[in-house]
Order: sequence, then C-alpha cells, then structure tokens
Amino acid sequence: MKRQAKPPQWATYLLHLFCAPHRVEELAGDLDELFQQRVRQMGLRQARWRYVRDVVSVLRPSLMKRQTIQRDYSNPAFTDMFQNYLKIAFRNLTRHRGYSAINIGGLAVGMAVAMLIGLWLYDELSVNKSFQNYDRIAQVMRNRTVNGEIDTKAGLPIPLAQTLQATYGGNHHGPADKAGLFTHVVLAWWTSWHTITLSNQVFSKSGKFMTPEAPEMLSLTMLKGSRDGLKKPASILLSESLAKTLFGETNPINKSLAIDNTMTVNVTGVYQDLPTGSSFADVQFIAPWALYAASTGWINEAKDDWTNTSFEIFVTLAPSVAMADVSATVRNLLVNNAQVDPAQKPEVVLYPMSRWHLYSDWKNGVNEGGRIQFVWLFGIIGVFVLFLACINFMNLSTARSVNRAKEVGIRKAIGSRRQELIVQFFGESLLVVALAYAVSIGLVYLAVPFFNQVADKRIALPFTSPMFWGVGLGFVLLTGFIAGGYPALYLSSFRPVTVLKGSFYTGNRIATPRRVLVVVQFTVSIALIIGTLVVYQQIQYARNRPIGYNRAGLISLLINVPHYELHRETVRNELIKSGAVLEVGESASPLTEVQSTNGGFNWAGKPPTLQVNFATIGISHEFGKTVGWQFKQGHDFSRQLASDSLGVVLNESAVAFMGLRDVLGQPITWQGNGFDARFHVIGVIQDVVMDSPYEPAKPSVFFIGPRPGKFLTIRLNPARNLQAALATIDDVLKEHLPEVPFNYTFVDEQYDQKFRSEERIGLLASLFAGLAIFISCLGLFGLASFMAEQRTKEIGVRKVLGASVVNLWLLLSKDFVFLVIIAFGLAGLIAYYVLHNWLQQYEYRTELSWWIFAVSGVGALVITLLTVSFQAVKAALVNPVKSLRSE
Amino acid sequence: MKGTYLGEFEEVVLLAVAIRTGDAYGAAVVNEIEQQMGRSVNLGAVHSALNRLQEKGLVNSEMGGMTAERGGRRKRLYTVTAYGRRALEEIRQLRNQMWGAIPNTAWT
Repeated sequence: MKRQAKPPQWATYLLHLFCAPHRVEELAGDLDELFQQRVRQMGLRQARWRYVRDVVSVLRPSLMKRQTIQRDYSNPAFTDMFQNYLKIAFRNLTRHRGYSAINIGGLAVGMAVAMLIGLWLYDELSVNKSFQNYDRIAQVMRNRTVNGEIDTKAGLPIPLAQTLQATYGGNHHGPADKAGLFTHVVLAWWTSWHTITLSNQVFSKSGKFMTPEAPEMLSLTMLKGSRDGLKKPASILLSESLAKTLFGETNPINKSLAIDNTMTVNVTGVYQDLPTGSSFADVQFIAPWALYAASTGWINEAKDDWTNTSFEIFVTLAPSVAMADVSATVRNLLVNNAQVDPAQKPEVVLYPMSRWHLYSDWKNGVNEGGRIQFVWLFGIIGVFVLFLACINFMNLSTARSVNRAKEVGIRKAIGSRRQELIVQFFGESLLVVALAYAVSIGLVYLAVPFFNQVADKRIALPFTSPMFWGVGLGFVLLTGFIAGGYPALYLSSFRPVTVLKGSFYTGNRIATPRRVLVVVQFTVSIALIIGTLVVYQQIQYARNRPIGYNRAGLISLLINVPHYELHRETVRNELIKSGAVLEVGESASPLTEVQSTNGGFNWAGKPPTLQVNFATIGISHEFGKTVGWQFKQGHDFSRQLASDSLGVVLNESAVAFMGLRDVLGQPITWQGNGFDARFHVIGVIQDVVMDSPYEPAKPSVFFIGPRPGKFLTIRLNPARNLQAALATIDDVLKEHLPEVPFNYTFVDEQYDQKFRSEERIGLLASLFAGLAIFISCLGLFGLASFMAEQRTKEIGVRKVLGASVVNLWLLLSKDFVFLVIIAFGLAGLIAYYVLHNWLQQYEYRTELSWWIFAVSGVGALVITLLTVSFQAVKAALVNPVKSLRSE
Repeated sequence: MKGTYLGEFEEVVLLAVAIRTGDAYGAAVVNEIEQQMGRSVNLGAVHSALNRLQEKGLVNSEMGGMTAERGGRRKRLYTVTAYGRRALEEIRQLRNQMWGAIPNTAWT
C-alpha cells in the first residue's frame, strides 16, 4: 500500500492554533476523514484544496469560542468580590501593623521627596514664563576670541543698539528680508543699586535705566499710570512694593524723587512687582535711559563709540521670525564695523530668554549647561528615591507572600481565576499607595516652608489646580502599577496544589531578584552619600583657599553723590578720628566683584599677538592697607611718594600672564579711547579673590583712580563694640554726607554669598541622600525581620544544638553584608565617574580622595549592620522553648 | 433557549443527523448532505449549524469511542432529541398544510 497522503501541514497548524481546545479533536478527525475519502474520490489536489477550504470555514467565532466552565456554585458579582478584597486588605494591614507602617511610611517618604522635587522642577522650568513675550525676548550677546579662547559677554556698544533699531527694527514695512525682525530694541544699564531720595529720606534700591520700549517688552502690568510713562524725559516707573515703601497709601503719581542725588524725576507709573526668581526680579524701578546718559559724562561720550562695550541690549523678535535666523542675520554687525578690532573676531549672538535661567554657562561661544545640571540631578534623584521606595514595597510584598500563599491557594481552589487574583493584589497595592499618597501630601505640606527656606523658593502646594490632582492621580496609578505589578503577578502565579500541601518553598527563584533589588537600593544610596560628601569637600576646599586679604571686620558702602571728592578727606579723617574705624579705602569695584576689565595694555617684551584683558580697579592710596592685602614684592601706594600716583600694583596672576621676571619698576602703558597713560609697577600682591572662589584670580591692575571710587571699604576697629562702631560711622556720614544712605554690607557675608548656590545644592543633596538611606534601611529592616521570622524554627533548633548568639547573628547578617559590599563596589565606580566629571567644571577643585569612599562604605556597612543586627540579635535571643513550641 | 426558528440549512443538517442516526458526526453529515443534495458543503458550516442546533436543544451530542481510521481521534456523535423530531414534524406538517392549500388552478 502506498504511503498515506498528507493534508497541508500549515492548515492543520492553523487549526490547532486558533480552534477552541475542546473542539480540536473532533474537527481534526472530521477533516482527516474527509480528506482521505476525497483523495480516493477526486485526487490529491482537489482533496488538499477542499481541506484548506474546510479549515478556513471552521475558523469562525462560534467554533473558536473557548469553552465556558459550568460552575456548580454561584458566580459572585464583581462588586461582591471587591468588598471581600477590601475587607481582606484592611485586615492584613491592621494585622501586621509593623510591616504596614514600614511599607506605607517608606512609600510616603519617597513620594513626598518626589513631589517636592517635582514642585521644584516645575518652579525652575517656569521661571520667566510670566513675561508675555517669553518666547521672543532675547539678550544680545557678543562673542570674542581672546588668546584663542572665545568668551561671551553681555556688554555691547551703544551704536549697535541704534543699528539694530534702524536697520532691522520696527514692525513697519520695509525691505522684506531686513526690516521688521525686531518689535523692540531696548538699550539698558545693568541692574544696579542707586540712591533714591524722597524729600529728606534716602533709600538704596536696585533698578534699571532703559529706553522707552522696555515696559512694552517686559509686558509690565501697570497699576497706576501707563507703559508710556517712560517716554517722558524725567520720569520713573516704580514697582508696587517700592511705591508702597516710599509713599505708603498715598498716590505716587507725579511725585518728585531724586536718583543718585543728581537726577530729579517724576513718578509716571506703578507696575506690579516682577515675579521673584525671574531674571528681572531685582528691578524695583525703571528710569529713562536718556536721563542716565545725559547725567553720566562717560556714557554720553560713548554714544557713537563702537569700542566701549559697557551696555546691555535686549530685543523682542517679531512674531513671524525664528531666533536662529535672526541670530545668523545680525552675527557680523560688529566685525563689519571699522572701529572694532577684527583680531577679536567679534560676533553678535542672540541669547533667548527661555535659556537665561537654566543655561547660563558659555563655553567657547556656545551656550550650554548651567542650572539645568541641577534640574537633571534633582530630577534623577527624585526618580531614584521614588524607585527605592517602590523597591521596598515590592521586596516586602514578595517576601511576605509566603503568608499570603495559603490564601491564594484557597482562593484558587474555590474558583478564583488568575486575573481575579491579579485584580485583587493590584487593588491592594493601589490602596496602600493611595494611603501613602495621602500621608505624603501631609508630609509635603509640613515640609514646604522648610524646603522653601533651603532652596530659596516660594513654592506653595497648588491645592486648587486640577492639574496638580491630575498629576497626583497619575502618580498614584503609576506607582501602584510599578510597585504592585511584580507582587501581583508573582502571588497570582502560585499553584494551589503545592501551596496547600505545605511544600511551598520560595527558593532562589524569588530570593535572587530580591537580592538584586537590595543591591540596587544600596548602590543608589551609597552613591548619593559619596556625592554629598564630595560636594561639601569642594565647598570647604574653596572656602579654605587663601583669599589674599583679611575679610573679617570689613564693611562696604556704596557712595552715589556728586562732588564726593570735596568731602572725601574730611570724611576719612573724621571716621578715623572717631576711633570706630582703623582705615578707609575707596575702589571702583566692590571688593567681592570685578566690575571693569580692559585691554590696551602694553609693556616691554609683550608678544605682539597676546591679547590682554586685565581687571582694572581704580583705588585710593589707603585701599590696600584697609583690606590688608599681602605684598610679594615692592611696596604699597604711598601719599608721600608723588610718583606713586602713576604707579600700579599687579597681582601674581598678572605677573604670570605678562611673563616678566623682574617686574618692579617696569613701565606699563594703557591706551584707550581718548587717553594714553604711562604707569610703572611699584608692587606685586598675592592674588585677591574678588570673583568666583572656584576660579583662579583674574590678572588685575590696581591704580590710583582719577575719580574717587564709588565703593568705600571700611576697616572697623576690633577694639570697639560692633554696634557702637556702626552707630558712630552713621553719625559721621550723616553729618558730612547727608545724601548717602548708610546701607553697609559686611564683606565676609558678601564673600559667603559666593558659596550659597553650592551650599544649597549640598544641603538639598545631603537631605535627599539621607532620606534615600532611610528608605533603604526601612526596607532592609522589614526584610531582616521577615527573614528572622521565617527562620524562627531553624534558629530554635540551632540553639538547642548549641549555637551561640554570635553564631546566629553572623548567620542572619552575613547575607545582607555581602549585598551591601557589592552595592558599595558598584556605587564607588558610578560615583567616581560622575563626580570626576562634575569637578572638572571647577578650575579650583579638590581631589577625589579615597577616604570619602572609605567613609561612605564603612558608614553604609555600619548602618546595615545596625539595622539587621537589631532583628538578628532579637531572633537569636529568643528562648528556643518558645520558638519550637509554637505549633 | 434561543429562538426555535429553523433555517433552511439547519433543517437539512437536522435531517441528515436523523438519516445517519447512530453514526451522525461532522464528516458523516457532510457526506450525507453532499450525496443527498449534490452540492458541496463546508465542514465549518456544518459544525456551526450543529452547534446552533444543540444550543436550541434540537440535538444532543456526546463523544464517541476511538476508531483507528481517524488516527485514534474520537468523534462527536449527534442524536436528534424528541424536541428536534417534533420540530421536523412541524415543518413537514406546515409544508403539507401549505401544499394542501394550493388551489388546483395554480399549476394550469
């Protein structure tokens, strides 16, 4: 007999794949029988064809439907079971109070941290968004190449603003490709402190001088007057809070004020305060640019000077144009100008407002990085902390699954299907997460005032915003699914037979993922601890840096009065005579900031291609003595030596930059627009840290200023009581300079300001690192106590057979210690890599020393041991009689 | 219980089950219909009709014993229930009644 013919295999496969399992047998049999019969009747081809047709016809919904099991008990409605699930969930929560507290507490802390960080991120990302023209405002910046490096500054010449306005400005119609790129071009003077005098009261307030389009650009909300107020020649717009300070409840419009005792202005408007945290938050008043230019001689002279780059320019783009296109169009405006030095390859760059806050760093002409790093850092920390809390939840739930195994077995045996169990356990975890969420909202509510203080923010919980609750709900669902997913799938997969027979064993299959989770947790925590320590070490390193002067007992004061030179000698003499003051010095820049840098220097042996940019600080003869700078060579300025008034004092960086061996007595020339001065070096001082303490000091030139400096630095007499000394100074100043507000700052406090941002980061990071460790330990504590509970019998037997407490302690602890050591290895590598990169951004930076890693590792180990030992020792001390009798 | 209306194909299948009483399974019904009516039917159509008939209570089914010819696979054997038989008789009676009602003049 010839071999039996075969039907097409793929059709058979299809049948088996799709058909209801309880029908496959008969259908396959029928198909086969018909096929064999047809092969005989009409040949193989036809039979195969009919076979395929039949298979296709069999695949219809009515035959593919799975068999429904006929139950012989009642099929409860879903809501009935829901009641039962809820009841069981609450019973479980209340029965194991300790675990529930650990679970909910840990999760709540994690959520609270994530929520705070989320609020912080939201706040950071929405800075400046309150300006209506947020997307279209840009600051004009300038790139220039100095000694092969591109630096980017906001200082620009006045004529550039005029060119931008004349060629590309206005929203009127002109040549299509050029005109109408900008709706506003605003020339401005840097936000700075000025004296405001109202009849005989003096105030020191920060504000800006801007051209009249500024209120439109900044979309000021006018409470009184109008945005056009700035168009009047001698006008001033006040912020709401300043108006309140000056005038109280009376109407300030048309009241007269004096700025810096030289400009008399009328109040023409009051605008709503610009939001705290925004880039213009310090602008308490706006006065007309023209007024400032007219009253300040050198600005007036600079109005056609392309080389005097001392001014700010802001623009608003027309709605239809793209930032990048406009930036490309205006790029060469400076380099095409005859007055500008082409060697510096100056480029005009537009810096969009949307990047001001988060991307403030420029590297080689490219705008990158800045605060955005911290946004990322905290975002990642937030996700990690929440993740740690979720891991805890998963770990505890699966570890405790043994206790639920019997329940699962019985539920399955009496008819629960797997998806019902999944729903049950998901529901339970959602319930726990929802409870944790409620607790976390409470925690956040309590923590927000403290957090605001640490982070320097004004965040409020947006209880009324539907978005907040929407995000919250999404948050609960997401966390519920992440945290509850694994336990739900795992618990529901138990086989009732094994579970109920009692041979249930959670062996390595489940213990391994749990160990992985513990390792992940501790890796994150240890890495955060190392990071925190390094941040603090960096701050401390910069703090301990020699700063080149003695900052204790120094106060600084801004003097904005005309003809101060008439009073300077009297004031100094009277102050010293009063005994409250040891010495008084003047300078053009405050001690804690370099406000002026210049090129145009020349000296013997200067390489022709070297481009010079020195910090130039005009001082009085006594400035050095006042601040207490340290001489390496030469001598300080002296009133007795007439030649000293044409001398300069250099700092070490300047000497190194100039490359001179024997610098004393060397002539230095300084040429600028309209002047040409010859100096000679009389001394070299140790670098004075005026700018960032993380950067090397700028090469600096100190000279006797032709005009008196605006900043008085006063060395207090340490023998006098501080309050009394300040009162004496106030009296002397009131007598001789009644127009000057006695608005002093302590130099050491100002210097400390330089560390604020890093300190804030350090404090927040340590806070979060602490919480991460706390959450991890909470989880470990739960796990350890659970393990001990599981092994009660084993421990009892071991004790009976003679094991000591130490033996048992080792037995229970060594697993965890091993895990923490692995975590430490991983965390060390990650932290080393990340922190090494972080430190690179500081020129003046600490080393990553091994002891930080050692301390964090040992610390983590000790914390782990304490956490675990508590449980281990407790279990080891139990009387074996008790633990063995328990059945 | 679903509606008792019998479609044309369902009626044919029910009749085929009755003809093959004792050995009425899918393939047999297919063969019976093909022989009796001379038209080819799909196995799927037959099974789905049998399914519907069973849901309506007109047939019963049970799995038969194993046979060698089908590779050891069992057959599902269908039997017409009393209710099924009455349904067939009712249809037949209805038809007869309608035949009787045709006036003699109709065919001329």
